[in-house]
Amino acid sequence: MYKNNEWAVEAHGLVKVFGDNRAVDGVDLKVRAGSIYGVLGPNGAGKTTTIRMLATLLRPDAGSARVFGYDAVKESQIVRQLIGVTGQYASVDESLSATENLVIFSRLLGLGRAEAKAKAEELLEEFGLTEAAKRPLKNFSGGMRRRLDLAASLIAQPPLIFLDEPTTGLDPRTRAQMWETIRRLVKTGSTVLLTTQYLDEADQLADRIAVIDRGRVVAEGTVDELKTSVGTSSLHLRVEQASDVPETRRTIEQVLHAVSGVSSEAGVITAPMANADLVTDLLVALRAKGIRLAEMSVQKPTLDEVFLTITGEGAKNKEEASA
Amino acid sequence: MRTASVKAGVARQLKNHTSFGQSLRHSLTMAYRGLLKIRRTPEQLFDVTLQPILFTLMFTYIFGGAISGDVVSYLPVIIPGILVQTVITTSIVTGVQLREDMDKGVFDRFKSLPIARIAPLAGALLADTIRYTIATVLTFTMGYLMGYRPDGGLEHVALAAVLVIFCSWAISWIFAFFGVIARTASSVQGISMIVLFPLTFLSNAFVPVETMPKWLQWFVNINPVSHLVTAVRELANSGTAGWDLGISLLGAAVIVAIFAPITVRAYMRRT
Repeated sequence: MYKNNEWAVEAHGLVKVFGDNRAVDGVDLKVRAGSIYGVLGPNGAGKTTTIRMLATLLRPDAGSARVFGYDAVKESQIVRQLIGVTGQYASVDESLSATENLVIFSRLLGLGRAEAKAKAEELLEEFGLTEAAKRPLKNFSGGMRRRLDLAASLIAQPPLIFLDEPTTGLDPRTRAQMWETIRRLVKTGSTVLLTTQYLDEADQLADRIAVIDRGRVVAEGTVDELKTSVGTSSLHLRVEQASDVPETRRTIEQVLHAVSGVSSEAGVITAPMANADLVTDLLVALRAKGIRLAEMSVQKPTLDEVFLTITGEGAKNKEEASA
Repeated sequence: MRTASVKAGVARQLKNHTSFGQSLRHSLTMAYRGLLKIRRTPEQLFDVTLQPILFTLMFTYIFGGAISGDVVSYLPVIIPGILVQTVITTSIVTGVQLREDMDKGVFDRFKSLPIARIAPLAGALLADTIRYTIATVLTFTMGYLMGYRPDGGLEHVALAAVLVIFCSWAISWIFAFFGVIARTASSVQGISMIVLFPLTFLSNAFVPVETMPKWLQWFVNINPVSHLVTAVRELANSGTAGWDLGISLLGAAVIVAIFAPITVRAYMRRT
C-alpha cells in the first residue's frame, strides 16, 4: 500500500515565518491512519498555516512533513493524490453552479465525461444539494457552500482529509449535520485532520487533540486526557471584597485540589472542577471563613480555560500581552 | 456515504509527475471552466465587442482622408493595424482577470489537486482566445461593412485571423505574469497599459513609417507589433506570406518560452 500505513501524517519541527512573525514555530504532529485528529487553538495560533503546509499549499521554512510516508515537499504530487482539502473559506467557484463545480473537479481528477457527471450527481445527493444543483453559488447559504466544498474534497475518495474550521460561522443545526458527515467519513476508512476553535467540537469528533498556541503545540493527548487536565466543568466566582481574593483562591485549592486563575477585567476567579458536586463543599468552606460572594456559576470549560490550565495563563491575556 | 469507500493503495497509481498528455487534458478542462464563466457572465465581453466597432469606425474616418486620400484606400492599411492593436489590448484583460481569479478560494483547491501546475494558467489563457476571436471577427466585419475587400480572399483572411489570435495568446503570457506578481487587479491594468500603449502606437499600425522622424523609424521597424501588422497585411491584402510572418511566429514562440515558465514559477511561489 503506501510507504507508511500506520501514520497518515507525521510532521517534525514545522516552521513557517511571515516577515518577523513566526506563524508556525516548530510543530510536531502524528496522526494515526483511520482516526479523527483535532487541532485546537485560538485565531492566529497557526492552525491554518500548519494545514496549508501539510496540504502542499505552502512550503515549510524548516522541518519535515510526511503524508502516508510521502514527503510533502519532494513528493508533493503524490501527496496531492492522497489528500482532500476543505479550506476555511469555501474553495469552490462562485460564478458556476454546484454541478459545474463538481464536474470540473472530477474531470481534473481524471474522470471521464460521463463518470464525472455521475460522480457529481451522486455527491450532490449525498450532501442534500440536488435541488440547488443548477443554481449559481451566489445564492447558496454558508452551510450549503461548506457542504459543497466538502463534497468537492471527496471526489477522489482520498484517504486523508483536511478540514480547516469546518463549522466556523454555521448555525447549530447545520453544525450538527456537518459533524454527522465527518463521522460517516471516518467510517469509510478516511483519516480526518480538522482544526477548530471550539473545545466542544474537538470533544464531539476527535480521537486525539493537539492544542496549539502561537505556533507551538502546547498539549497533545486523547480527549479524555485533556479533559481530565481541564476538569469536566469550570467554576466562576466573584467575591464582594477584592481583599478576599487570595484567601478564596487558597480555599479553592484546598477543596478542589486545582489551581485557580483570576481574570483581570472583572476580578472573576475561575477554577477547573473534576466533579461539580464539590461546589457544595467549597461554598460551605467559604461561608465558614466569612467570605461573601457576589456571583457564582458552574460552566462547561471554554477554550480559554484549556489554555489557563495548560499554559497557566488565559489565551486572551496572552493576546493582550503580545499586542 | 453508502457508496463511497476509500480505495486501497494498490488501486492507486502514485506518480510524482504529470505527463504531457495529462497536462494538456488538465489545461483543456481549465479552459472549459473559463468558457463556462464567460457564458455565466456575458457582460465581461463588452470590451471585445464594443472596442473593435468603435475604434474601427473612429480611426478609419478620422485618419482615412489625411493618410490615404480617402477612406476606402485607407482600409487595407488600417484594418490589419486596428485588428492587431485591438486584439493585443484585449489580452491585458487576461492578466487582470487572472489576478481576480487567483484571489478567490477556488485557486487553493486547484493547487491542492494532483494536476499539472501550469493547467490553471494555461486554461485561463486558452479560454481567452474566444475573446480574441470575437474581437477579430468583429473587426473584419466592420471593415467589410465599410467597404474593405481584401484581395487575399477569405482563406487568407482566416489565416491572418489565426495568426493574430495565436500571437495575442502568446503576448497574454506577459500580462499573465504581471497578473501573478501584482498585488491588485487594477495595478495589473496600469502596468500593462504602460507597456502596451507605446508598443501598439509606435508601430506601422496606423500611419506609414516613412512619415516618421528617422530615430522613431528605427524603433518602429524593430517593434514586433510592426512585423505582426505587416504579416497580417500581406496575408489579407495579397495572400502572401513573407519574412514578417516568420518573425511574428518566432517572436510569439520566444515570448511563450520565456514567460510561461516564469509565470508558473511565480504562481507556485505566491502562496
